[in-house]
Amino acid sequence: MMTNPIKRLARLLARRIDGFLLGTALAISGLGLLVLYSATDASTARVSGQALNLLFALAVMWVAANIPPQHYMRWAVPLFAVGVLLLLGVAFFGTVVNGSRRWLSLGVTRIQPSEMMKIAVPLLLAWYFNRQAATIRLRDFALAVVLIVVPVALIARQPDFGTAMLIAASGFFVLYLAGLNWKIIVVVALVLVALVPVVWPHLREYQHERVLVFLDPLRDPLGRGYHIIQGTIALGSGGVLGKGWMNGTQTHLDFLPERHTDFIFAVYGEEFGLLGGIILLALYLMLIARGFVITASASTLFTRLLAGAITLMFFTYAFVNMGMVSGILPVVGVPLPLVSYGGTALVTLFLGLGMLMSIHANRKLVKT
Amino acid sequence: MSELKNPERELYLFRRRLALAGGVVVFAFLVLLGRFVFLQVVMQSHYATLAESNRISLVPAVPNRGVITDRNGIVLAQSYSAYTLEVTPSKVENLEETIEQLSALVEITPRDRKRFRKLLDESKNFESMPLRTRLTDEEVARFAVNRYRFPGVEVKARLFRQYPFGEVASHVIGYIGRINDDDLERIDSRDETANYKGSDYIGKVGIELSYESELHGTTGIEEVEVDAGGRAVRLVSRTPPISGNNLQLALDIELQQVAEDAFGDKRGALVALDPSTGEVLAFVSKPGYDPNLFVEGIDPQNWDALNNSPDKPLLNRPLRGTYPPGSTFKPFMALAALALGKRTAQQTINDPGFFALAGGHRFNDDKKGGHGRVDMYKSIVVSCDTYYYQLASELDIDDLAGVLKQFGFGQKSGIDIEGELTGVLPNRDWKRQRFAGKQFREEHRKWYLGDNISVGIGQGYNAYTPLQLAHAIATVATSGVSYKPHLVKSIQNTRTGNVTSIDTTPTHTIPLKPEHWETVKNALVGVNKEGTGARAFAGAAYVSAGKTGTAQVFSLRGDKYDSRHVGERFRDHALFIAYAPAEQPKIALAVLVENGGFGAQAAAPIARQVFDYFLTGKKAKTATTATTAAPANDDDESD
Repeated sequence: MMTNPIKRLARLLARRIDGFLLGTALAISGLGLLVLYSATDASTARVSGQALNLLFALAVMWVAANIPPQHYMRWAVPLFAVGVLLLLGVAFFGTVVNGSRRWLSLGVTRIQPSEMMKIAVPLLLAWYFNRQAATIRLRDFALAVVLIVVPVALIARQPDFGTAMLIAASGFFVLYLAGLNWKIIVVVALVLVALVPVVWPHLREYQHERVLVFLDPLRDPLGRGYHIIQGTIALGSGGVLGKGWMNGTQTHLDFLPERHTDFIFAVYGEEFGLLGGIILLALYLMLIARGFVITASASTLFTRLLAGAITLMFFTYAFVNMGMVSGILPVVGVPLPLVSYGGTALVTLFLGLGMLMSIHANRKLVKT
Repeated sequence: MSELKNPERELYLFRRRLALAGGVVVFAFLVLLGRFVFLQVVMQSHYATLAESNRISLVPAVPNRGVITDRNGIVLAQSYSAYTLEVTPSKVENLEETIEQLSALVEITPRDRKRFRKLLDESKNFESMPLRTRLTDEEVARFAVNRYRFPGVEVKARLFRQYPFGEVASHVIGYIGRINDDDLERIDSRDETANYKGSDYIGKVGIELSYESELHGTTGIEEVEVDAGGRAVRLVSRTPPISGNNLQLALDIELQQVAEDAFGDKRGALVALDPSTGEVLAFVSKPGYDPNLFVEGIDPQNWDALNNSPDKPLLNRPLRGTYPPGSTFKPFMALAALALGKRTAQQTINDPGFFALAGGHRFNDDKKGGHGRVDMYKSIVVSCDTYYYQLASELDIDDLAGVLKQFGFGQKSGIDIEGELTGVLPNRDWKRQRFAGKQFREEHRKWYLGDNISVGIGQGYNAYTPLQLAHAIATVATSGVSYKPHLVKSIQNTRTGNVTSIDTTPTHTIPLKPEHWETVKNALVGVNKEGTGARAFAGAAYVSAGKTGTAQVFSLRGDKYDSRHVGERFRDHALFIAYAPAEQPKIALAVLVENGGFGAQAAAPIARQVFDYFLTGKKAKTATTATTAAPANDDDESD
């Protein structure tokens, strides 16, 4: 008698939830909270705040998982339109934090519209290619490029070079998966490389510095290079087994900047070592692999493209962040997915997971 | 051309692309893994070292500076710990603004600001310099709360030097001050750079300077864990510093106080020695200065006041003031005459009131009409000039200098503080060198008999420090056994507690016959009994020996007297040398009162007060009444 409603609730909650995906995501998030506790010097306020963010993100995921993919198709255009409008709003009325205009104040909270574009751009492109599914021509790709460039340019202006690049990448993933001709990919890639000397003078000073400092961190050892140098010292000194949780000297003696946000992986690497790094890589790989399985078995072009883009988004974030902390990529403001402190990113990522789950749950139901 | 697509082929192509993406993912993660292995396995020790050197900082632990006490253990200089507010200019963006904002939290007086400016001019930008010293606990707390607002500003616990007696004995003790470039060179030349890591202060003058290596101690090392801001978080290991050694001076601070008070506001010098050891019992240079002003860097106002005062409070008179000895030279002339066989004690001369040189030049005696028949005893007791004019005319100057040299005239005494002047014990060679310059002619360089005459009564080229006079009379008190004057009596090793006494073996003995000493010493007793010193020593509870002197003013070497003071400052210097008790001397001294007039009147009463205190243990009156009593005494003595 008593178990019945509980069972029903459990069944309701578990409905359309992919256990494997959720399991790995929660494992990564759990590790994230553990590292966050250390990175913030045992700040229960920060950790419980992030835990609340996580609960909210889980709720968003559940809702997203229970919305059938067709609905996403319907929202693709309005979401994108609203996103672009908000980006315009940011450009004119945004709040300036750390020298860049990324946030829009909504009274109680601030939102970062660029964050929602991470979903909105692939969603719109998936919708568009799905619509043209019968005959995808070159001009469709051209139009898609325009749809990518508009928000990317607005975000790059804020300036938020990192997010702009990630969104451009997620758009590109859709183009790639939609079957963009290899020749064009190669040609465009070559053109982009050739454009570097043309674009270079138009980049902002801090962007120049970031690239130059990446190439030679000692150029500015106490400024921009400091992040890279201290990050690699933290990672390297961690060794195979790490210095142990809460025992990272780089972390706890303040040498690591941004250690609870973009550089949280340095804390992780210092305290949990190579072993911890392998475990985290494996977890991401499991998550991504599951995403690929869902993508491969998705029933429509829309869901395939969307699922593929979301999955590759996880990969890009994880790779770029860890690559930048370990010093093989330039420092761009990319958080470590599911680990770095920050509500908006967490919600976006779990929204993506929810969409993957919805796509997987509906793989057989929707046949066009 | 629009062709209908084959869904099967579409799906195949899509999956192929997806698989390729998967391959890229695996490849990218393998790259990351490779990077992790490189950093965390291959380069691990390198980065571990970097992390360690990030983390560990070697901080010097500054030793406690030794304490200076007087012979009875009364503290004359000590260190104490206090908080200072320190600013590192290179880390501060806007110094003016920062100081302004700081003054809202901590009281910063205009004097502090001026002092800080001066320090700023003298030091390097990256050094941390005190803006305010001796913060109260409340001020420390207020700043601590606001520290994040002030990068480059810190509160530090520092050891400060304090001189509880202020001006008293300031010329003996000296002071410490911030290490400057000259000090750094000195430290470097002594190979002590490492030991001064973390030290901000060093002895600048006096005992603080000459015993620097004893007082400083050995710097320890603390290995501390620091955070990225360089702040110490945790102590890892510690080699404790070894405190500097404690110095016990021979000086009796109460005697010193009595002596200084006896001067009132007169300028001058007094050196009192224990004749049987050379220990310095009192060492007065008036006026003095407050050494506490110098410790944290003196502010320009006080500095100007001290440096430009016509009274020259910064001049160490016993050590660096050279004066003609006047009639205090006579007992030594007498001893030289006996030694050289030019006079016997009984031999008399007739004093008509003047001495005429063969060329016809007349040298007058103080007393019109003269002293009549004068033997050696009387020549000293009544201070007969004619006796010594005549004696000097018969002596060879080089022979005379050869004897007087043994008393320390014109020689550095070797006292244990730096800066001692040699003075001038004139002889032929000296005069030749003195006038060697192109602007002088041969007749300037030649020694004349007339030169002898003025040297004979302690004038002329004679120039000695009060310390040399004290040393000379102390040597008479011991009948020729000479000791090196020294201020420090013993050194206590603070770690072992062992006390090392300063060696007090005689440096040399002047080979004069006992009866020669007897003659002159009897005469010196006569001075205080029935001669020029009698009035000052009337009713004394002990028998003392002394000699008064009055020296015509030469300006102090290199001095330029302020024109407003010309009148007063051309008055004669009053001198007095003495020892007591006459049979078993315990104290010997030289007193000089600049522009004091007659020695009997201005200098001898000071000696009386010092002897009274030292030998009978009673201060003349209390310290304050002693100063007010001094002028009254003067009136008494005037005749």
